Amino acid sequence: MAPDETTATAHTDGTPQARPTIVLVGHGMVGQRFLEALAERGVTGRARVVVLCEEPRAAYDRVQLTSYFSGRTPDDLALGEPGFTARHGIELHLGDPAESVDRGARTVTSRAGLTFRYDTLVLATGSYPFVPPVHGKDAEGCFVYRTIEDLLAIEDYAKTAKTGAVVGGGLLGLEAAGALKGLGLTTHVVEFAPRLMPVQVDEGGGAALRRTVEDMGVEVHTGVGTQEIEVGDTGAVAGMTLSDGTSLAADLVVFSAGVRPRDQLARDCGLDVGERGGIAVDERCRTSDPAVFAIGECALAADGRVYGLVAPGYEMAETAADAICGEEASFTGADTSTKLKLLGVDVASFGDAHGTADGCLDVVYSDSRSGVYKKLVVGSDGALLGGVLVGDADAYGMLRPLTGSVPPLAPEQLVLPAGVGAPAALGPSALPDEAVICSCHNVTKGTIRGAVTEHHCTGVPEVKKCTTAGTGCGSCVKVLTQLVNDELEAGGVVVDKGLCGCFAHTRAELYEIVRVRRLTSYAQVLDEHGREEARGGDGCEICKPAIGSVIASLAPSIGADGYVLDGEQAALQDTNDHFLANLQRNGSYSVVPRVPGGEITPEKLIVIGEVARDFGLYTKITGGQRIDLFGAGVDQLPQIWARLVEAGFESGHAYGKALRTVKSCVGQTWCRYGVQDSVRMAIDLELRYRGLRSPHKLKSAVSGCARECAEARGKDFGVIATSNGWNLYVGGNGGATPRHADLLAQDLDDEQLIRLIDRFLMFYIRTADRLERTSTWLERIEGGLDHVRDVVVEDSLGICDELERLMADHVAGYRDEWAATLEDPDRLRRFVSFVNAPGTPDPSVRFVPERDQVKPDLDVLAGPVLPIRTLEGSNA
Amino acid sequence: MTLAVETTPAPPEPAAAPQAARDGLCTARVEIRLDGGWHPVCDVAQLTPGRGVAVLLPDGRQAAVFLDRTGGVYAIGNQDPFTGAWVLSRGLLGRVGAAGRPFVASPLLKQRFDLTTGSCLDDDTVSVPAYSVRTR
Ligand SMILES: Cc1cc2nc3c(=O)[nH]c(=O)nc-3n(C[C@H](O)[C@H](O)[C@H](O)COP(=O)(O)OP(=O)(O)OC[C@H]3O[C@@H](n4cnc5c(N)ncnc54)[C@H](O)[C@@H]3O)c2cc1C
Repeated sequence: MAPDETTATAHTDGTPQARPTIVLVGHGMVGQRFLEALAERGVTGRARVVVLCEEPRAAYDRVQLTSYFSGRTPDDLALGEPGFTARHGIELHLGDPAESVDRGARTVTSRAGLTFRYDTLVLATGSYPFVPPVHGKDAEGCFVYRTIEDLLAIEDYAKTAKTGAVVGGGLLGLEAAGALKGLGLTTHVVEFAPRLMPVQVDEGGGAALRRTVEDMGVEVHTGVGTQEIEVGDTGAVAGMTLSDGTSLAADLVVFSAGVRPRDQLARDCGLDVGERGGIAVDERCRTSDPAVFAIGECALAADGRVYGLVAPGYEMAETAADAICGEEASFTGADTSTKLKLLGVDVASFGDAHGTADGCLDVVYSDSRSGVYKKLVVGSDGALLGGVLVGDADAYGMLRPLTGSVPPLAPEQLVLPAGVGAPAALGPSALPDEAVICSCHNVTKGTIRGAVTEHHCTGVPEVKKCTTAGTGCGSCVKVLTQLVNDELEAGGVVVDKGLCGCFAHTRAELYEIVRVRRLTSYAQVLDEHGREEARGGDGCEICKPAIGSVIASLAPSIGADGYVLDGEQAALQDTNDHFLANLQRNGSYSVVPRVPGGEITPEKLIVIGEVARDFGLYTKITGGQRIDLFGAGVDQLPQIWARLVEAGFESGHAYGKALRTVKSCVGQTWCRYGVQDSVRMAIDLELRYRGLRSPHKLKSAVSGCARECAEARGKDFGVIATSNGWNLYVGGNGGATPRHADLLAQDLDDEQLIRLIDRFLMFYIRTADRLERTSTWLERIEGGLDHVRDVVVEDSLGICDELERLMADHVAGYRDEWAATLEDPDRLRRFVSFVNAPGTPDPSVRFVPERDQVKPDLDVLAGPVLPIRTLEGSNA
Repeated sequence: MTLAVETTPAPPEPAAAPQAARDGLCTARVEIRLDGGWHPVCDVAQLTPGRGVAVLLPDGRQAAVFLDRTGGVYAIGNQDPFTGAWVLSRGLLGRVGAAGRPFVASPLLKQRFDLTTGSCLDDDTVSVPAYSVRTR
């Protein structure tokens, strides 16, 4: 193998530039944490750091791997700050695994033939999925579940498959089963042990878990092994023979029967490995060769265990980094608490879940009707030792940190469901400062409190950034949120969540007040629910439009007039709503007629062209597939709209905090790739939700196939066609803070889709803050997407009927605002530039030519020279 | 047009609309003081509480005239000094509490101006003309 340049420089020992070289093999989760630990300790500045990475991409969040199927892209899953390796001068070799180690010469050679001399070698090679040696295991259609590439391959193969079987009913197997279900396959899980998740849950928990998993439509086979994979004529998987002789039809198989440490490299160079695998290390993570360390899932820790979880791996990474810096540190074992993510089942186990300690006792609560099973293991001294939670794992975030101490409440009170004689739920104030809140990153309650009191973080997102708590598996975010809020309050930081100087309530609270009390007058809301000092006043520019919008959204249900220009409502609207048009910088307005789904007839196009020509308007195609007409004077708006309404157009609500457009691609009707009629669906949706007033503007799109030409995932609610129906994505955003929408539900038929969007939108309108887009709302509300899914899909709050009714009221009560305005001389009266000179246009609104159209003549405005203060809430 | 009837007394400075005008029954006139004389600009009934209208003054300038919910009437220059556009009449009127000072928030970039003095509440180096107003 020809040594390359790298080798040459690496060998120039003794020259002044020679720096010690650290070679890391494996850039997985633990490898990345190790690099961060080196950087934090300043080692990357002093030493040359080389990383050999087998996978074609840099480290990513394997724990959240399955979230790829709910819409997270490989980029979303990337670990570490962008540019991390480059900034620290780390040499990262992607797609080039280490093939051999020569411990005598202290060199590592890669598959591409690069040889690196090392002073310190760190192995972080992780695990490989164990595939039982059954006949047919290598047939086409057999997969493992470990890397992004595995998921891409499964996703691709599933397009032509109908039935999937997962071998292994553990934590990962159930995640994989959930993923197959999500891909639309009939799904089986085959588990050799007598129950699911045998490592984590006991018999009682396993039974509850089984019922729940079966209720979700996954077929469970326990107590049977996989005898053979049946292979069809084409060489592809056709089914599976089980150890009891039965046969299972399946055209896709995922092996998830446990993992084995990847210790081959270590074996080959003569390092000590355990009897059952794993590179043996001491408490400082050193192997039998003091120049070589092993960390993460490939290591057999000093306590004789191989840890298959990320948190212990992270601790090892820190320990090894300390050892390399000559600092005292040791890894002697770790917590193996786990919580099942996804699949919609709540399962968690922590501490001594199986009650193996001497003299320990169980406290069990079990309710087969609702599939809830909770067991706590308590020591003879009353200390909480561990537990299993199935069906309701809400308490996990609180109980895990309490493990090892005597809880402040009796154990039976901790397992009883709320309301059944259980006192108010245990809050995080009961935890000691040393309690580990985030076990992925080992962050204690004390550190989190410090983030608020010493680092002056003022919210959960800041605390996450400052401490990394909550950025791993996410199971602690609920407790974290409570803790941060408690701490802010205790610190006297009055978290004034009030809408503005006039109201101490949030928008969501005011929505409830208006809804329940059926208040249709802003003045009444202000005088009865405003801050003491604001009552009797005129309110302000913040609360008037916000409450105007709440009253407008609820209008049909509370008996208010939905027309936004009448009576008191007229005084609440921003100028855009007031004139049903968008104010532009020179005081003129723009006009946007609705073009549902972006579909328009030649006749209508011609009318728009004629109107623009006749009124001298500047025309531009918008990003929402419609046409914006700029430069109309206030006086011209009614005349322009008279022509547009006559031609069958209606208001596009471009001026309102309301539904804007539902974009679409051309869909199945014309496109050779389309699988559904996206245009029809976009039109249906746009017509259904037009005029719906909401906390902020709402955008939507429908794509006719997975190619996603309509960019639905950049929208507040986006719909993407599948061969089985529609996938619904929510919370997307473009603009300054782009966010991909998250998958809310899959393979819906038309009716299911619309019902779900009805509920989603109404739930958002009900609970969002003023000017809060769905993307920020989804990230802010407690429980995030999962909570929203619980509420709108599972109806966990029992409010879906009401949400649907509110939407039905809206749909029934819709009237075109422009048609209504034109019919009423009283309403038309406001459309004058000057009340004392009707008919006189505003002389300051003038235009000059540009590229065959017009643009504002800004000279007339005598050039503003003042600094511009930007405020959220402008209608740009 | 019906105007909200309020029992709260109007603040001393602005011209209080006659009771009849507040009931929306008669057409009291709004007059602005210009160059030493009173100049009629519109009827109180043409105003909506909480909003403004633009009026053209004899010399071609523009004023923005507002009515608050207690019947107080105010007038300031219509040009927004931050953007140069003649749009202040289209802003929203605010007043925190019965004794608060009325202001308008520019519809373009939302700076607020005191309706009685014309001074900008968000930048004390900026102000717009404020006019004396009476209704009769
Ligand atoms: C679907 C799924 C869900 C999971 N959920 C959880 C969970 O909820 N909680 C939890 O704690 N853990 C979970 N885990 C386990 C967790 O991902 C692992 O514990 C963690 O990734 C271990 O990190 P590691 O760096 O040791 O190994 P890995 O992340 O596997 O990284 C090892 C890397 O080394 C590379 N490599 C191997 N050999 C070589 C070589 N010779 N040269 C170069 N590179 C090499 C591999 O390609 C790999 O990229 C989950 C795992 C999966 C697959």
